[in-house]
Amino acid sequence: MSLLDVNSVSLSFGGIKAIDGVSFRVEPGEVFTIVGPNGAGKSSLFNLISRFYPPASGSIVFDGHDLLACQPHEVVGLGLARTFQNIELFDHATVLDNLLIGRHSQRQTRWFEDLLFLPKVRREERAHRRQVEEIIDFLDLAAYRDRMILGLPYGVRKVVEIAQALVARPRLLLLDEPAAGLSVEETENMAWWIEDMQKDLGLTIVMVEHDMGLVSQVSNRVLAIAEGRPLAEGTPAEIQAHPEVIRAWLGGADEP
Amino acid sequence: MDTLQLLISGIANGCIYGLIALGFVLIYKASESVNFAQGDMMILGAFLAIALINTNQADLPFLLGLAIAGLSLGLFAYLLDALLLRRVFGQPQLTMVVLTIALGFVLRFIIGAIWGHDPVSLETPVAGQRLDIGGLAIPVIDAVIIATTVVLVALLWLFFARTRLGLAMQASSQNQMAAYYMGIPVKRVVSLVWAMSGVVAAIAGVLFAAKGAVEPSAGLVFGIKAFAAAVIGGLGSLPGALAGGLLIGIMEPFAARHLPSHVAQVSPYALMLLVLILRPSGLFAQVRQKKV
Amino acid sequence: MSKPRFKTRYDDDINRFESGGHRLQYLLLLGLALAAPWLLGSYYTGELSSVLVWSMAGMGVMLLVGHTGQVSLGHAAFMAIGAFTHLALMLRGWHFVPALMTATLVSGISGALLARPILRLSGIYLAIATLALGILVEDLAIVAEPVTGGVRGLIAPPIELFGLTIDRHGTPIAFYYLCLSLVVLVTLAYSNLLRSPTGRSFLAVRDSEISARALGVNVTRTKTLAFALSCAITGLAGALYGHLVQAVNFESFLVIISIALLLQVIVGGLGSIHGAFFGAVVIVVLPQGIAIARDLLSDVGIRVAAFPGLDMAVFALIIIVLMVLEPRGLYGVWLRVRTWFELFPLYRKGLFRRARSYLKTERLK
Repeated sequence: MSLLDVNSVSLSFGGIKAIDGVSFRVEPGEVFTIVGPNGAGKSSLFNLISRFYPPASGSIVFDGHDLLACQPHEVVGLGLARTFQNIELFDHATVLDNLLIGRHSQRQTRWFEDLLFLPKVRREERAHRRQVEEIIDFLDLAAYRDRMILGLPYGVRKVVEIAQALVARPRLLLLDEPAAGLSVEETENMAWWIEDMQKDLGLTIVMVEHDMGLVSQVSNRVLAIAEGRPLAEGTPAEIQAHPEVIRAWLGGADEP
Repeated sequence: MDTLQLLISGIANGCIYGLIALGFVLIYKASESVNFAQGDMMILGAFLAIALINTNQADLPFLLGLAIAGLSLGLFAYLLDALLLRRVFGQPQLTMVVLTIALGFVLRFIIGAIWGHDPVSLETPVAGQRLDIGGLAIPVIDAVIIATTVVLVALLWLFFARTRLGLAMQASSQNQMAAYYMGIPVKRVVSLVWAMSGVVAAIAGVLFAAKGAVEPSAGLVFGIKAFAAAVIGGLGSLPGALAGGLLIGIMEPFAARHLPSHVAQVSPYALMLLVLILRPSGLFAQVRQKKV
Repeated sequence: MSKPRFKTRYDDDINRFESGGHRLQYLLLLGLALAAPWLLGSYYTGELSSVLVWSMAGMGVMLLVGHTGQVSLGHAAFMAIGAFTHLALMLRGWHFVPALMTATLVSGISGALLARPILRLSGIYLAIATLALGILVEDLAIVAEPVTGGVRGLIAPPIELFGLTIDRHGTPIAFYYLCLSLVVLVTLAYSNLLRSPTGRSFLAVRDSEISARALGVNVTRTKTLAFALSCAITGLAGALYGHLVQAVNFESFLVIISIALLLQVIVGGLGSIHGAFFGAVVIVVLPQGIAIARDLLSDVGIRVAAFPGLDMAVFALIIIVLMVLEPRGLYGVWLRVRTWFELFPLYRKGLFRRARSYLKTERLK
C-alpha cells in the first residue's frame, strides 16, 4: 500500500486555480520529487498536504489516515514532518532549543504536570534530549548545539531545520527546496544527508527541488507539474527527456 | 424636533471623533502601528490654540492663532517621527504601541504642568450664537464643526488622489519596500504623514475646545473613544474612520438618553469589542479575503 | 555568557539552576528576602510587600506578553476579578486559603472563556480588544453591586492563618512573609513551566505560529492555556492587592493600571521572569524616589510644586529611553553590566549589538 496517496486535489485562490487535479502516490522508502517552473504550485501542494490550505476538492490519505479530517497541528503526530522553503526556525533560540520544540508532537506530559515538574516530566525530558542528541549526531550538528540560530550560516540553518523535523521521528518527510540558496558544496552535502535519511533511517521523502543535479542524484521517481496541472511522472532521466516537460521549462521556445 | 437637535449635536461630536480617528488611520497606513498619543496631541493642539487666542492670554486673531497652533503640531509630529520613532522602525509593532503610550503620558504631564488641570474653553467669534432653521435652534459652532470636517476631508481626498506627494504616501503605505525601490523617500514620506496627522489633531482639538471645555487628562479617554471609532470603521480605511466617528458621536447622546447610565458610558467600547470579534476588518471596509 | 562549562548529563540542562554557584546566588537572594524585615523596618517592609504583589501581577502579564507574545492592555480586569472574588468570599465567612484558591481559579477560568473569541485577533487588534475588555470590567465592577459592593467597593477583612491574625498595617511583617511565600511558589511553578514542553510551546507560538503548527503545537489551545494561566496569576495578585491596600473599588483597577502593568514588564525586560521583578521595583521605588528627591530639594531651599502625574511621566520617559537604547529592558541592562564584569577587561562595545530584525510576515508564500 502507498504511504501517501494524493488523489486529484485542486486549490483555488479567489477564482484562480493554483492546483488543478493533481494525483500521485508515494511508496514507502522512496524519494519522490516534484519539479516544475516557478508558480507551478509545488509549494502550494506541500501546504495542502500539511493542511495549511484547504483543498477545493480531492483527497489526501497518509498511511490509512484521511489527512483532510486533521487539523494542521495533528499532521506531524501521524508521522509526517516538513521543512519550509524560507526556513521557519526560531531565530532567537539555540539549535538545541529548536530541536526540543521539534519534539512537541511526542510529548506525553500535561501542562499541570509541567507546572509541578513531576518526576515523570524529568524522565520525559531526558528521553526528549536523548532523541535530540541522536539526531544531532546523525546530522553532525554537535558543533552548533548551543549556538543561536540568528548567527548561523544559511547552509547550517537548512540542516537544522531538517533536524527539527527529524526529531519528531516521522516516517515521511516533506522537504521544500532543500538546496535553494546553498553553494555547490553544500548541495552535495545535502544529497548525502538525503541518501542517509533514506537508507539509514528508512525514511520516505517527498521533495520539491529546482536543482536538477540533486534531483537526478537522489530521486527514485519524479513528478513534473506546470500551471497547477500534472505533466509527466517517471524516473529522473525520463522526466528530463520528456518533450512536454522541456516545452514547459523553455516556455515554448521551440514554437514559431 | 428634540431628536433632530440631539442628532445634529451628535454629528458634530462625531465629526471630531472622526477627525481623530482619521489621524489614527493615517498613521496606521504609514507605519503599520497605532499612535496611542493621538488624543493627547489633540489636547495639546487645543491648549496651544487657547493660549494663542483667548483674550486673557496672547489674544491673537482667531485664524492666525489657529494657523500657528496647527502648524506647530504638524512640526511637532514631524520631528517626533524623524527624531524618535524612526529609530525603532522595523521592530515589532508592540514597540511603537508602547512608545506612543509612554509619549501620551509625557504629553499629558507637560500640558498639565504648563496650563494647569482646570477645564478651559476656546473663545470663538461664534460662541453662543445659534442658527434658527425652521424652528430648530442649532448652535453655530456645530455647523462650523460639520462644515470644517467636510472641507478638511475633501482636501485630504484631493491631496491623496491628485498630488504627487499624496500618491507617494499611498504607494508607501501599500508596499514600503517597492516604494523605496521606486525612488520614493519612504522615511520622509512617513514623517510627513505624521505631520499631517498632527495638523488634523490640532484642528480636531480646536473644534473640541470651541464646542466644550478641555482638560489635560481628556486626551486618554477621548483618544480611546476615537480609536474605537477607527476600529469600528476599519483601521485601514479613511472614509471608514469618519463613518465610525459619526456612528459613535451619534450613538452617545441617544444611548445616554435611552439606556441606563453605566451601559451608555461603555457602549462605544462594547460596540468596538463586538466589531473586533465579529468583523475584525471593520464595519465599513470592504472585506477582502487575505491570501495566506 | 558565563564561563564555559562542560555538560556531562542531560540533567545539567534540565535543572532549574545551571550550576551550584548559580543555585547559591538565588539561595542568597532568598535569604536576603527572608531577613529583609529586620534590615528595613516596618515601613519599608510594607513597600517590599507592594513590590512582591506587583511582581506577581507582572509575572501574570509576562507569561502572556513576554513568553507567548500576546499583548494585553486589559490585565487590571483580571486583578479586579481576583480581588473582588476573593474579598467577597472572605466577607461571606470563607477562610483565606479556599477564598484565595477560588479567586485564582475564577480568574483563570474567566481568562480561558474570554480567550476563545479574543485570541483569534493578533497584534494591535488584540491590544485594542483587551483594552475594551478592561474598560467594560471597570464598569462591571460598579454594576455587579452584590459582589463588588458597587461604588463603595469592599473592605478587606484581616487574614486568619495558622492561628495568626495577619493584617497589612497591624502585622506588616507577617503579611510580607505571606506575600513572599506565594511569590516564591508562583515563581517556581513559572520556571518549571519554562523548562518543560508547555513553556516551549508558548515560546514557539510567540516566535512563529506557522512553524509551531507544523511542529504539532495546537496554537489555539496553547494561547488559551497561556491566557488562562496568566489571568490566574494576575487574579491571585489582585486578591493579595486587596489585602495590601485594604479596600478596593472600581477605581482600583482602572485601565491606566493595565497600561502600567504592560509598561512594567517592558521596563523590566520582556521574555524573562526577572523582568517582572525589575519592573515591579521600578513601579514601587520611582514614586518614593521622586518624593524623597522633592524633600531633599525643599531642604536646600528649592521648592518644587507637586505636579500630578510626574511619577507616570518619569516612568514613561524611562520607557522611551529604554525602547530606543535597550529594548530588552532593565534585564538587558543587567545582562550587559554582568557581562562587563565577567569579561573585564575584554568587554567590547558591539558585543550585544542587536541583530537587525525585520517585521516577519506570518504569511505563507
